[in-house]
Amino acid sequence: MSFPSWSIEEATRVLSPLKNVQGPVLIALQAVQERFGYVHEDAVGLIAETFNVSRADVHGVLTYYHDLRTAPAPARCIQICVAEACQAVGSRELVAAVEKKLGKKIDETHADVEIKAAYCFGNCALSPAAMVDGELVGRATVEKVTA
Amino acid sequence: MSTIIYIPNDSAAISIGADQVAALVAQEAVKRSLDVTIVRNGTRGALWLETLVEVVTPQGRIAYGPVQPEDVSSLFDADFLHGGAHPLALGVTDQIAWFAGQDRVTYKRVGLIDPLSLKEYESHGGLVGLRKAITQSGSDIVAEVTASGLRGRGGAGFPAGIKWKTVLDAQADQKYVCCNADEGDSGTFADRILIEADPFTLIEGMAIAAVAVGATQGFVYLRSEYPTAIRRLRDAIAIAEGAGVLGTSVLGSKHAFNLEVRVGAGSYVCGEETAMLESLEGKRGVIRSKPPLPAIAGLFGKPTIINNVLTLASVPAVIADGAAAYAARGTGRSLGTQVFQLAGNIARGGIIETAFGVTLETLVNTFGGGTLSGKPLRAIQIGGPLGAYFNSSQLGVSMDYESLAAAGGMLGHGGVVLFDDSVDLAQQAKFAMEFCALESCGKCTPCRLGSTRGAETIEKIISGVDVPANKLLLLDLCEVMTDGSLCAMGGLTPLPVKSAMNNFPEDFTGGAKK
Ligand SMILES: Cc1cc2nc3c(=O)[nH]c(=O)nc-3n(C[C@H](O)[C@H](O)[C@H](O)COP(=O)(O)O)c2cc1C
Ligand code: SF4
Ligand code: FES
Repeated sequence: MSFPSWSIEEATRVLSPLKNVQGPVLIALQAVQERFGYVHEDAVGLIAETFNVSRADVHGVLTYYHDLRTAPAPARCIQICVAEACQAVGSRELVAAVEKKLGKKIDETHADVEIKAAYCFGNCALSPAAMVDGELVGRATVEKVTA
Repeated sequence: MSTIIYIPNDSAAISIGADQVAALVAQEAVKRSLDVTIVRNGTRGALWLETLVEVVTPQGRIAYGPVQPEDVSSLFDADFLHGGAHPLALGVTDQIAWFAGQDRVTYKRVGLIDPLSLKEYESHGGLVGLRKAITQSGSDIVAEVTASGLRGRGGAGFPAGIKWKTVLDAQADQKYVCCNADEGDSGTFADRILIEADPFTLIEGMAIAAVAVGATQGFVYLRSEYPTAIRRLRDAIAIAEGAGVLGTSVLGSKHAFNLEVRVGAGSYVCGEETAMLESLEGKRGVIRSKPPLPAIAGLFGKPTIINNVLTLASVPAVIADGAAAYAARGTGRSLGTQVFQLAGNIARGGIIETAFGVTLETLVNTFGGGTLSGKPLRAIQIGGPLGAYFNSSQLGVSMDYESLAAAGGMLGHGGVVLFDDSVDLAQQAKFAMEFCALESCGKCTPCRLGSTRGAETIEKIISGVDVPANKLLLLDLCEVMTDGSLCAMGGLTPLPVKSAMNNFPEDFTGGAKK
């Protein structure tokens, strides 16, 4: 997936429709991430200013949620469900095999491809489940998720 | 006349090829000059049969499945448009034992219709409840919900009517209805499927709740892991607004109700209702101490109904058909139906809606067909990551709130996850502790630190270090977590751990299994 590079002007445009939202901080961070693939450090001050909250509050929200990232998004993201129903049909082995094939460890940050642990995609009757660049994969195999 | 073919647009079905199947069916029909109309319905819940293709014939809907893209041309060769014989032919869908054995109430329309057709929704009994509700007083609606015995399906099982009464009685300039669609429990997907397959039922249930207590604004907190459900619910809300089901005058009544979807950000603990409120307010998803109850001071400090998707989606049927019809199902204080989810290492996984009181044995074997691997069933986790592990000698347990509690477990959100004999319960117990450490909101020490200690201690047991002493230490840690945690994250993590130790003692003797 490719995203435009960070720009404060574009970020300001992304935030402007959110002016009247009640409780805007998380939504603002999500909107920035959706646009740029991650939350640039300058977004914290911008959001604080735009919505009249403290930088500490914005930073607190940014660091709390697993979804929010402060490093640019990788070109490719392979999320593998490591929760119980997927464990029951070999997600531990799947993770190990994908790590081996790509030569990367789960939950490391990379520019080209990242393998990330996920905790349930609601596809637990067709486990193991994975999500590759936003597309859900059922009965996941190394071939399917690295294709 | 055009033949109607149903092919699901559920994300799980798509994850194994439903879109390709649909595209190929359309292509083949053109190639063969056949007049077909493809309707993308929700899944009927038999995920083991996906992609389930149904053809409308004079005999009813005839099913073929599981259809792979490469089967499509042979289906046409077999004249499936007239119900022709084929190795994947399953007969009339409703007569397949797996469906015929169910009692679909909350899931009445799921998989039968195009999820975004309000017209089909109404022709299948939709909006009857809401139309009735707008003619009733708030207290009459609440009394009906109370009489139905409907309890919260998100995990805690609190009676819905009692919660609603508190919100009804609270005086405030603004009230809210919030739907908890965080569905963080592994092994569960009933909220997702309902939203993807029949979103108007959730909208109708929330509108009834709003009309009952005088709320004008609703929020659905939907997890980010469910992108298809997010899109579909937003589309359905727009359609409902356009049709006057939502908006300043609900179905022409004096009630206003608007609805907004807010997306989660990958935090399990945000499924706990007060953490969800914090997150809806845009803050860190840290648990609030109770009191005050959210029903008194909830979202933005206002009286708020918080219910799970399935709880709210059961309400239209309760109002339309009456409390007595709902309460006639079930057993003891577990009335109505439960939408169970069969998952993990299972041959026939998917949605089983039946009255409470079905045995685990019936779910696992009669419906589920045992393990997918064909190896012996060894463990069943019921109720998500905070639920207990049962062993295969405990299949007689009745699936209702009280019986599961008496057996040392809990129903949770109704997920049933099977494991074959390759499972190592010490590893599963360790995962439960690690998950708690990962997801803890950090407010209480036993949850935040005890879970990390717990995982380390189990690792020692697995490696055979001081096993008896470490087992005692682990039990101590569990007790501290149970007693010293503010919410069920820390409070119930000991449930999978201790049940694993009790029901599978042989996995906690030190020395790695196998
Ligand atoms: C850690 C934790 C996670 C929870 N996750 C969910 C969830 O994902 N969905 C849900 O409906 N309830 C969840 N609950 C239960 C909610 O706190 C609450 O009881 C429920 O939303 C109330 O709705 P109900 O009465 O209709 O079940 C969770 C509770 C805890 C302690
Ligand atoms: S038990 Fe855990 S998740 Fe719950 S309030 Fe305490 S620290 Fe937070
Ligand atoms: S547990 Fe893996 S998709 Fe649900």
